[in-house]
Amino acid sequence: MKTTSLHQHHIDLQAKMVDFGGFDMPLYYSNITQEHFAVRQHVGIFDVSHMGEILITGEDALQFVNRLVSNTITDNTKKVTYALLCNHDGYIIDDLLVYVLETKKILLVVNASNIEKDFNWIMSQKNQHQVVLKNLSDDYSQIAIQGPLAHEICTNIITMPQINLNFMEYAVIPYSNAYIIMSRTGYTGEDGYEIYGKHELIRSLWETAISQGVIPCGLGCRDTLRFEASLPLYGHELSDSIHPIEAGLNFAVKSHGFIGAEKIMLSKTTLTKKLVGIEMLEKGIPRADYVLYKNDKEIGYITTGYLLPTQSTGLALAYVEINEAYLENQIHVDIRGKRLQCKIVKKVFMKKNYKKGE
Amino acid sequence: MGTKWYSSSDEWILVEVDQVSVGITQYAADQLGDIVFIDLPSVGQHIEKEGIFGAVESVKAAADLYAPLSGEVTSVNQALLDAPELLNQDPENTFIMTLKIDQLDIDGLMDEATYLASKK
Repeated sequence: MKTTSLHQHHIDLQAKMVDFGGFDMPLYYSNITQEHFAVRQHVGIFDVSHMGEILITGEDALQFVNRLVSNTITDNTKKVTYALLCNHDGYIIDDLLVYVLETKKILLVVNASNIEKDFNWIMSQKNQHQVVLKNLSDDYSQIAIQGPLAHEICTNIITMPQINLNFMEYAVIPYSNAYIIMSRTGYTGEDGYEIYGKHELIRSLWETAISQGVIPCGLGCRDTLRFEASLPLYGHELSDSIHPIEAGLNFAVKSHGFIGAEKIMLSKTTLTKKLVGIEMLEKGIPRADYVLYKNDKEIGYITTGYLLPTQSTGLALAYVEINEAYLENQIHVDIRGKRLQCKIVKKVFMKKNYKKGE
Repeated sequence: MGTKWYSSSDEWILVEVDQVSVGITQYAADQLGDIVFIDLPSVGQHIEKEGIFGAVESVKAAADLYAPLSGEVTSVNQALLDAPELLNQDPENTFIMTLKIDQLDIDGLMDEATYLASKK
């Protein structure tokens, strides 16, 4: 199994480890509930070095990336853009972040389990474009520092000269005689930063943050936090049998000019299912793959569900047939053979606390 | 004091003169992490040895509970409905249900030493 540059730190902290996307990663250090609260109330640090980094350089880089991904990518070298990588049928190959470092040098940050698939797909679409692809995933580490105190901590441990980043903005910052990429992004619904750099720099940042009392957080609470913020996860809400519109990701989809665009536009008028929120009306925890029913007719399935540490009822994200996907619709979920009552709600389980511009 | 037996699916069954109780092992509780929910059987229900009689759920996952012996459920630990975390705090002394067993069929069950060795 693969390991990250922070692996020994996780072992030393006696983390409970799990296989995630082929990496031996920390599930939790203390427990998921405590770490969830740490990020909601204070600040936590995550090792997310398993994420993949693909660099596209060359004359046609900007044009090529705009052909590849669903969102509009401009030459703005301050902005981070969320986008989807789709195939010709408009199905989702991966979701990713795009950093335009220079107009001829663009970084894609992709999911760990999809690195090879994405790289091969991008390579296969290169054709006559003047670009060079590099998989830098093994060369870079990544940490996320998230929570209401994240900004304070980050400005304590990193000198950020005259830089005041808003949500979805980044900067390249000198650190310890080299450079790191720092973006005001995250996967928790809280304010915070994601930081990329060479292994030894990120290790040094991790150690400094921990020594300042930042709580180490594992992938367990990363999932409860992203779920509470209704952020999709590839393999659950997103897959190569889901269109971006079904997943409610219209905001990340431009109208034309990228691979899959025609099929996705067509899917808008022929939508058969939709991602919705589910709230339990009886005691029980809805989990991924549990089946939903309306009057004994199967109408959908759960993609992620939890009894969150911050909530008193079970909540879920689910795909439901379009004609049943209306708010307050009372339906049933099959939990271990019992049909329990639940209802469709907005997929907003919390208010996000991002740092927006004044 | 009674005799405590362990199942390979990580339940314990304590057989005392006047009562037989069932719970989950320390190992099971540690593996699950923070337990947030329990699905209890119904009193009066008859359950079969190695049949599913309920479930415990942590934040992360649901785990089915398997009956170490066949019998009729005579009581359930209602306190667990409001405080499932008791199963993390002291799993070996927190019962989930009591049983009126059909027979003491220990085939497939282990004593403590054998069980603990099996988890090494």
